[in-house]
Amino acid sequence: MATAIKTDILSSLLQFPENPSFSALREKAKAFALEKGLPGIKEEEYKFTAIQRKLEKSITNFSTAQPTDLKADDIQNALPSEYTGDYLVFNNGTVDFELSKLSKQGYEISLLSSSQPSLLGEIAKIKKDVFAAINTASFKDGIYIKVKKNQKVEQPVFLLFFNQAKAGQVIPARVLIEVEENAEASFLENSISLDDQPYFFNQVVEVKAAKNSNSYYSRLQNESKQSLAVSNFESDIYRDAVFTSTVISLSGDMARNNLSLNLLDSGVVGNMYGLYLLNGKTHVDNHTNVDHTMPHSDSNELYKGILADGSRGVFNGKIFVRQDAQKTNAFQQNNNILLSEDATINTKPQLEIWADDVKCSHGCTTGQLDEEALFYLQTRGLGKDQAKGMLLFAFAGEILEHITDESFKNQVTELVKERLGSNI
Amino acid sequence: MSKDNQILEEFTSKEYEHGWSVNYEADEAPIGLNEDIIKWISAKKEEPQWLLDWRLKAFKAWLEMKEPEWANVHYPKIDLQALRYYSAPKQDKKPKNLDEIDPELLQIYERLGISLNEQKRLQGIAVDAVLDSVSVGTTFKDTLSKLGIVFCSFSEAVQEHPELIKKYLGSVVPMTDNYYAALNSAVFSDGSFCYIPSGVRCPMELSTYFRINAANTGQFERTLIVAEDDSYVSYLEGCTAPQRDENQLHAAVVEIYAAKNAEVKYSTVQNWFPGDKNGKGGIYNFVTKRGICAGDNSKISWTQVETGSAVTWKYPSCILKGDNSVGEFYSVAVTNNYQQADTGTKMIHIGKNTKSRIVSKGISAGHSQNSYRGQVQVMKRATNARNFSQCDSLLMGSKCGAHTFPYIDIQNSTAMVEHEATTSKIGEDQLFYCNQRGISSEDAVALIVNGYAKEVLNQLPMEFAVEAQKLLALTLEGSVG
Repeated sequence: MATAIKTDILSSLLQFPENPSFSALREKAKAFALEKGLPGIKEEEYKFTAIQRKLEKSITNFSTAQPTDLKADDIQNALPSEYTGDYLVFNNGTVDFELSKLSKQGYEISLLSSSQPSLLGEIAKIKKDVFAAINTASFKDGIYIKVKKNQKVEQPVFLLFFNQAKAGQVIPARVLIEVEENAEASFLENSISLDDQPYFFNQVVEVKAAKNSNSYYSRLQNESKQSLAVSNFESDIYRDAVFTSTVISLSGDMARNNLSLNLLDSGVVGNMYGLYLLNGKTHVDNHTNVDHTMPHSDSNELYKGILADGSRGVFNGKIFVRQDAQKTNAFQQNNNILLSEDATINTKPQLEIWADDVKCSHGCTTGQLDEEALFYLQTRGLGKDQAKGMLLFAFAGEILEHITDESFKNQVTELVKERLGSNI
Repeated sequence: MSKDNQILEEFTSKEYEHGWSVNYEADEAPIGLNEDIIKWISAKKEEPQWLLDWRLKAFKAWLEMKEPEWANVHYPKIDLQALRYYSAPKQDKKPKNLDEIDPELLQIYERLGISLNEQKRLQGIAVDAVLDSVSVGTTFKDTLSKLGIVFCSFSEAVQEHPELIKKYLGSVVPMTDNYYAALNSAVFSDGSFCYIPSGVRCPMELSTYFRINAANTGQFERTLIVAEDDSYVSYLEGCTAPQRDENQLHAAVVEIYAAKNAEVKYSTVQNWFPGDKNGKGGIYNFVTKRGICAGDNSKISWTQVETGSAVTWKYPSCILKGDNSVGEFYSVAVTNNYQQADTGTKMIHIGKNTKSRIVSKGISAGHSQNSYRGQVQVMKRATNARNFSQCDSLLMGSKCGAHTFPYIDIQNSTAMVEHEATTSKIGEDQLFYCNQRGISSEDAVALIVNGYAKEVLNQLPMEFAVEAQKLLALTLEGSVG
């Protein structure tokens, strides 16, 4: 009986939209997903994240959500107050150009269905993760952003995902970004719940960072306490390119973030920074993957977590150094603070190395705030909560520093400060 | 580079020292595995009914189990029906003392450098030697028994101390724990048993030496160590096997039980035949080792130097149940040629103020793959648990691999857990510096590797440390990467 329900969920998730583009790719994705099935907790990759059970419990209507009524106010509230750059609005996964502001200076933007890029599905391969396959089969339409050769896009492009269960609780969204040679661009992302109803947000973002390019992608995840989210973010990075990702997770019911950087040539620098600040019953799972395939590339990874109440954090960081990837420098660090008896952290920093002339290290700590530091601040006249908040903010601040856009940094910092001030 | 290659070549062509075998008359079980074989083994050892029942229960459970595939090792499947599950040197009667043991057997051990007679007597180590399936002799038994210490072969313990065996057998590693533990529970032939009564500090190192001699034989021994309140024991284990083209299976189980304030130190120098330089032959070493710090303030410390075996699959673990108990794991794992090792530890913190420390040093050369797989688990009740893990890898040559799979699961906010790992090779500048001071490249590598592994080697008892150091130098001599 249980298996019958599972196949039902899966096949309803795999429904094609009306008049689908990319039908060959979709067919392939569907076939793979049906063969693989939804991941249970017996599967190593989803050992601590029972997303399937959550889907069974929270989602009743597995059809794709329709666009909802969006007001200009919703957009203004989601953007940082002093933000002046471009923004692109996704209304339940559907692009709304009318509500967006796009200068298109230095970049082109189009619907996937109209530009039909052959790159789609080449970076975030359907076989990597079943949810990537489900997204590929079911996304209605997506966006293709192309940053042109030798262009430096001065203002960031802000991707705003507005989510609300409406006539369906499943929200697939698809983004493809191509940063051409010598180009530079930065992208920001915020996903916003419009109410407290449960929905399942299934996002895939693919980034191709060509030779000598420089790109940033910063995400804020602050959805409602009922939201389920799976994101597959994958980037192919070519010679001498720099790619930096920051992910700040503040709220949600259960979120799973797969982040993969494929370092395909020499001289690449891949950076990944993450902060998860969890309370209530929130469950956030960050699975990151760095694949060094060629010599002389560097990767840096720093993820930090503060867990309160009955929250649960999962971190899995994989670093692969292939046989050809000599002279690789790969660093990974994961630090956690548990604030409550009921919080749980499962962390697995994993190194797989086939090359000998490399410098790789990973570190992982879990602990509490330093009693002496706390005491010191108290002797200086700070209240205990205030002192605690200050120390926690110092801990989290290291990640926030890596957000390059000032206005977005301020927005995130305010949110983090507010949470830490009340000790999350 | 060419010189490096040359030295590497020399190193890889180094052959296994203990690769000889001796023809002695053996008492063997028919090939294959079924209930009858288990009954045959049990009857052969004149075991009581409850033990036979226990074996059969394990066998039934085993039939339902699947061979684990999650480990980062690849090898052709073993046909467990093609193995012989019992092989013993033929003896007319049970030897009372060493003089009665077949001189040919004693010679085997002498060739291994463990003379049951003299050498160890001088060094003051009590040895229990296990050849193929049975224990051939235990030294210093009388001296130990005066203190109330029981140190004998497992089958002897079954006959003489059934109440202890009944109480502790399977209490740390349940028979259904995993595929190979279940198989071992069903067919184990012999092993060592050690019991330290309360308040006794064992005056000498206890040691077991395992050797697989017969062809097509699996060795399934079982070691059980019970340390009562306030006792202390240091236990050594060593192993070798002859050089044969086919793979042989070694699936042992080691259980340690430490009561209140007890301390057990378990050291292993594992030097099973690793296969030749083309990866042919060698021992499959699939071992389950686990200790429980059942009482408060108890301590279990595992030290291992792993240089042999074609495939190693072994995670000596500690269950820290008693408050303030301590678990330690020190490991040096060296892999060369086509060896594969997937080894590490589990530290399960259950009691309050429990502490654990993990130091793992991997060294890979040739085409070998060396993995560290460890788990640190802090349960909800384990207030103030503390763990520090360090796992370093040293790579020599560009065709080997080093992998780290640490699992850290924490459910208590007062826990302090640290993990760090590094991977690197021997620096050219380090070598150059040594050369400059008149130290040859080979010696320099030995020096650096020894320094690298020192933290672990220091944990070994004196006699073993010497052996281990020699073994390391021998295996890694000249392997400039």
